[in-house]
Amino acid sequence: MPLDAATIAELGAYLENAQLEARAVPQISIAHASADMDDGYAVQWEIRRRKVARGARIVGMKAGVTSRAKMRQVGIDTPSYGFLADSYAALDGGEIEARSLIHPRVEPEFAFVLKRGVEGPGCHVGTVLAATDFVMPALEIIDSRYRDFKFDLASVVADNSSSARFVLGGRCRAADDLDLASSGLVMEKNGEAVAFGAGAAVLGHPAAAVALIANLLARRGERLHAGDIVLTGGVTEATPVKAGDHIRLRVQDLGSVSIRFV
Amino acid sequence: MSASSSDRAALIEALGDELHQALVARRPVAPLSGRGLGLTVEDAYRIQERMLSHRLAAGERVIGKKVGATSKAVQSLLDVHQPDFGLLLSGMLYNTGETVPMSRLIQPRAEGEIAFLLGRDLVGPRLTVADVLAATDWVMPCFEIVDSRIEAWKIGIVDTVADNASCGVIALGAAARRPRDVDLELCGLVIEKNGDVAATGAGAAALGHPANAVCWLANTLGALGIPLKAGEIILSGSLATLVPVAAGDCLSMTIGGLGGCSIRFS
Repeated sequence: MPLDAATIAELGAYLENAQLEARAVPQISIAHASADMDDGYAVQWEIRRRKVARGARIVGMKAGVTSRAKMRQVGIDTPSYGFLADSYAALDGGEIEARSLIHPRVEPEFAFVLKRGVEGPGCHVGTVLAATDFVMPALEIIDSRYRDFKFDLASVVADNSSSARFVLGGRCRAADDLDLASSGLVMEKNGEAVAFGAGAAVLGHPAAAVALIANLLARRGERLHAGDIVLTGGVTEATPVKAGDHIRLRVQDLGSVSIRFV
Repeated sequence: MSASSSDRAALIEALGDELHQALVARRPVAPLSGRGLGLTVEDAYRIQERMLSHRLAAGERVIGKKVGATSKAVQSLLDVHQPDFGLLLSGMLYNTGETVPMSRLIQPRAEGEIAFLLGRDLVGPRLTVADVLAATDWVMPCFEIVDSRIEAWKIGIVDTVADNASCGVIALGAAARRPRDVDLELCGLVIEKNGDVAATGAGAAALGHPANAVCWLANTLGALGIPLKAGEIILSGSLATLVPVAAGDCLSMTIGGLGGCSIRFS
């Protein structure tokens, strides 16, 4: 049986407060063992509703767990989505206060910016490329609100797929000028390379992650909108960061993007 | 002392012969490093030379060299702080589209690499990456199928160096580009096995830049009076994690901005 409206409202407040107070909490499936992925999305949409009600703008979406490296790292093999609020954006070359987060990790990603809406079901790589305005390199800073970064699928979906911050930078290019599948990237932490990969690590092609989000959104009658930023999920494992760390991502044909944690 | 040094020479010959026999019979042997022989890396290169002498005597020729242990992960696994190298022989060479018989391999794993084809000799030491790039005619995508003549890949640095840097066979792609036309540092690598993405990586995984690996080799061998020769193929190191292969597998790879290579195993 799905969670009732009162429970969903309570869990939305529970997780959003954990985020706002940068405090790790037990995952929701401990108190609600029956919670499934749909319940998780109901809680995530409740968190989104709370933020929008306070004036937040939803600037896009993110895909979670779209590469094998990520599936291994978190022990979950079902991709998911989360939303990006305007306040999650950090500037290329800028700073993020580590104490505003619990146990942040950084992932190298591709960001698609859409010029047209994308509506599932039945979206595919071609639909996405046709609707894409441009592509950029992105760093996503994920931060599970759960203790020890440990969670099951329902819990992580409820927690907005660990969405916390993101940084866009480098060059923007038309998607059809690039071979994103074989586009290579190197992520450096404090000047040392910590992760290598190529776009195909994300579901074979990063645009497939955008299609996946559109198809998942269709199950709730929702869609991606023109102007949305869509992060396609970590190409490699996520790297833990703390105050003092500097992260730089360089992507073939797309330049670089960096962020410092203070 | 002379008795002991001739004992040493006999030991090195015996170990080189043993590894060659292991390769021919496809029967891996116990790690050399675990035998209490006090072997050094220098000894290991002499064992490698002895091992390969049998194939050269049988008519194969040297077509190039490979640099190994170019990633941090492999270096820490082997507990070394620099790469190693082995020789590429004519009998190891395959081309894209060909089938590699498993009957000549023991426990193969595939690496995606960038091959440098030298247009001029590179005579180290004191060379820079600029010398390497200027002397390189073409870069090509290349599979290196590494294989170990040591049981269960239980290798330390001495074992892999003695075993020709664990080289098995190589397969060159059909694409060739000038080094200035490829972003060798950021080019992506995608390896698919039977249609699934099995590994991805990027150029910088090879010692920060594939040309660094070639430069290291030219300087290391140059210090010993050995040049890298025009026409040689130099493999610059793995760009991603190794992919185990078995009979029936199809492997393909793409290197961003460079091209690809496909092979099968029978």
